[in-house]
Amino acid sequence: MTYAKPNFRHPALAKNEIGFSKRDYEGALSTLCAGCGHDSISAAIVQACFEMSIQPHRLAKLSGIGCSSKTPTYFLGNSHGFNSVHGRMPSVATGAILANKDLIYLGVSGDGDTASIGMGQFVHAIRRNLNMVYIVMNNGCYGLTKGQDSATADEGSVNKSGAENPFQGIDLCGLGIELGAKFVARSFSGDKSQLIPLIKAALKHPGFALIDVISPCVTFNNNAGSTKSYDYTREHIEATAAIDLVPYKSEITIDQLEGSTELIQMHDESYIRLNKLHPDWDPMDKFSALRNLHLAHSKNEILTGLIYLDTDSKDLHEILNTSDTALNALSAEELCPGLDVLDKINESYR
Amino acid sequence: MSQTIKVNDLVIRFANVNGTGSASANNMFAKAVFRMGIPVTPKNIFPSNIQGLPTWYEVRVSEKGYLGRRDGVDIMIAVNAQSFPTDVKNVRSGGYLIYDSTKTLDPEFIREDLHYIGIPMMQLCVQHFADPRQHMLMKNIVYIGALAALLNMDVKVFEQIIREQFAKKEKLIPGNLEALQLGIQYAKENFNCPLPLRMESRDLCGNKILAEGNNACGLGAVYAGATVGSWYPITPSTSVMNAFEKWCHKLRIDSKTGKKNFAIVQAEDELAAMGMVLGASWNGARAFTATSGPGVSLMSEFLGLSYFAEIPAVLIDVQRTGPSTGMPTRTQQSDILAAAYASHGDTKHILLFPSTPTECFDLTAKAFDLAERFQTAIIVMIDLDLGMNDHLCEPFQWDPSKKYDRGKVMTAAELESGKIFGRYLDIDGDGIPYRTIPGTHPTKGSFFTRGSSRDEFARYTEDGDVYARNMNRLLKKWHTAAKEMPKPEIVREEKSNKEAVLYYGTSSYAALEATDLLDLQGRRMNAMRLLSFPFPEEVKSFIDQHEKTYIIEQNRDAQMRSVLMQELNIHPEKLKSVLQFNGMPITADYIVRCIQSEKSFIPQYEKLELAESLHS
Repeated sequence: MTYAKPNFRHPALAKNEIGFSKRDYEGALSTLCAGCGHDSISAAIVQACFEMSIQPHRLAKLSGIGCSSKTPTYFLGNSHGFNSVHGRMPSVATGAILANKDLIYLGVSGDGDTASIGMGQFVHAIRRNLNMVYIVMNNGCYGLTKGQDSATADEGSVNKSGAENPFQGIDLCGLGIELGAKFVARSFSGDKSQLIPLIKAALKHPGFALIDVISPCVTFNNNAGSTKSYDYTREHIEATAAIDLVPYKSEITIDQLEGSTELIQMHDESYIRLNKLHPDWDPMDKFSALRNLHLAHSKNEILTGLIYLDTDSKDLHEILNTSDTALNALSAEELCPGLDVLDKINESYR
Repeated sequence: MSQTIKVNDLVIRFANVNGTGSASANNMFAKAVFRMGIPVTPKNIFPSNIQGLPTWYEVRVSEKGYLGRRDGVDIMIAVNAQSFPTDVKNVRSGGYLIYDSTKTLDPEFIREDLHYIGIPMMQLCVQHFADPRQHMLMKNIVYIGALAALLNMDVKVFEQIIREQFAKKEKLIPGNLEALQLGIQYAKENFNCPLPLRMESRDLCGNKILAEGNNACGLGAVYAGATVGSWYPITPSTSVMNAFEKWCHKLRIDSKTGKKNFAIVQAEDELAAMGMVLGASWNGARAFTATSGPGVSLMSEFLGLSYFAEIPAVLIDVQRTGPSTGMPTRTQQSDILAAAYASHGDTKHILLFPSTPTECFDLTAKAFDLAERFQTAIIVMIDLDLGMNDHLCEPFQWDPSKKYDRGKVMTAAELESGKIFGRYLDIDGDGIPYRTIPGTHPTKGSFFTRGSSRDEFARYTEDGDVYARNMNRLLKKWHTAAKEMPKPEIVREEKSNKEAVLYYGTSSYAALEATDLLDLQGRRMNAMRLLSFPFPEEVKSFIDQHEKTYIIEQNRDAQMRSVLMQELNIHPEKLKSVLQFNGMPITADYIVRCIQSEKSFIPQYEKLELAESLHS
């Protein structure tokens, strides 16, 4: 059984700068449970890409295995997708990025996929500063295998079968900052107004951009006692700031600089506009970011928003000093040294 | 004791201590033989250790051009106290033992049937060189000098090699030349030079080269246009990527910008290395990795994805002894089954079997064409012996008119012109579908790559019929591949011969010699060398036309025989095995003994003394 949406486009649908309607950024019909947080994230990705006028075919979407990793089928139907093996999306993304630095890369993963089986690859993706957006759809449990606790489940959180998780949960944002990620954010699938600008800013970031999105599992982890349920998340959420991405070429007016608003310039001269909510939070200060994450955790609060940003980011290609032309676009003439060189090499073996 | 003069036919073994600089001196000896125009086969026999344990370097010199190992050591340079007792035992009767006579030889090591040549190597070095590090290094050059005199070798050749070797460290040249002379002088003054075993210059090497398989694989990848290399360190494959990197730095830096036309990533593990290869290949670059058996195990999941999702990949498997860690610095051909059927479910992978460095170069380059043509993983199966030892071989060749075969990639223009694109549609009836490279066209040709079942248009499905159709197409693709694989080399095919030998990779060297030895006994055998899996049809017809075929392999379980029986439906009675799996390269004598005794299913253990000496 395959699922497909009709191709019909209402002529009155709004179009973006490059003539695509929002429907052009959608994918196949979701097969996730009704009410799944992941579908909200897919919708946010669609909205962000539509608003940013991204050419769908210039974006590659990659994922591992799990409910979350199914979602790339459900957005950006005109983009190439790669649903790899469990926990190994970062290495596939690394190879893809090495081959063609000119595409936009969006990785989607889950908490099992990232924090357990894929932890090794996740940390190395950060370490190598791949130029990609890495979204974790984090529900603290394994949905596809019916609700086992994942490594991000909080200590003491109660799962659907009533068992209390005895182990500490892994905080992916804290880990990301610790490992040197330059763009680290957390959001909630139920908070579109926060998530969409975060995705837009992440897409602008020239390096690894991590967004950990609390995305409750309606079927297996939305019960009383779960710390990743809708109710718990809504009750304990605390935002760092309200943010907006102000695209390159838009006018920055004086009044936007007033009050608690802060502007951070991105590499392409667009801005992130921050309306600070958290009193002692400086998004550019790693220690402050880590401290606030820990403080929030100690108060059972979920700190969301852009948690840490360093605009001085050298991505994998800069680190490796690879050619300006994408490696997959180099010609045979540029790559093959030819017969004369080979004859000289032969001579060195005599 | 026999004093018959033998020219250009001997086995010399150097017994050293790992980490004492003996490798470069020993290489110098082999290179000098080669430059005298005499066929030579050097083998490194080394422990899984950095420093202090016994290491050997064995050189076979063969006027007749035999390049396999030969049993029996004629001359032992025994300069390792730790292995001395076994080294003395391992010299064949009438042979020579060269030792450091700075210390008196213990009488218990005196064998009546050996010639002893004592050279006070350390004493000479202490007298002529200042610091202790030099004493240790120059000792090696002293025995090389002594050998030059004892075997009547061309001293100018050695001097030239020293000058070349230290061209970038000129300061070291005078000392090395002096040490060489010390050895020469001492041998000439104290012994009857040359020995009855001696060398004479010939012109038997033509324009051949002396090269290593791993290096050739790395170079082959450069010529094939590989731009992405990802790997995880593992003996004996590490030098493949080292070579690729070395050649890339020489040949692939953009002269205007100084930027690299390649990317090499040392992965966090073998899983990631293969993941990167798939990601890069999916995105249109030529990418590869190199590993050994344990790495193949870890890469298996991705190899299955490569097969099922039809993503090109090139893997160089430098085999070593398994299972598990086995003997990591010893050779074997024991990943055949693991590579052929790597991963779960019904999977098969294309394997190539080079047996010389020249073929390592050619078949590595070819692997990239095949990977893109068949959109699947190609595994180049070499082994430690081929990868890490020098081999006398034909020079590397490249046809300048050659075009890379990028396979069936649909372009933006083709998509635009309305060509039907279905990622897994068999449009041409050969089982090979068309793919598009991400980013090709704004509205056409995008597809979803996944390891789950899908229909011809890459849409997820659990429809059993669709799944079965896809699996059958993959099998059709496999049969198409069999027709385009490198053909086996038919070395001898005479109708009157009822028996044959079949071999692959480094077993070829000894197998060729064994057929000559069997000829002398009036037992003529046909011979075929395998180069690829899936097997081209010539393989089955060759086996069919013989009453009995001996398959020579370096593993315990006759892995290639299993694959032949399984894939070609051959009756087990027709296939006999000659198996060696002690970690040393197989020898012709051993093959002959197995065939003569018809004990080919019972591995012979009598020649394991070298391996045993490691544990003594």
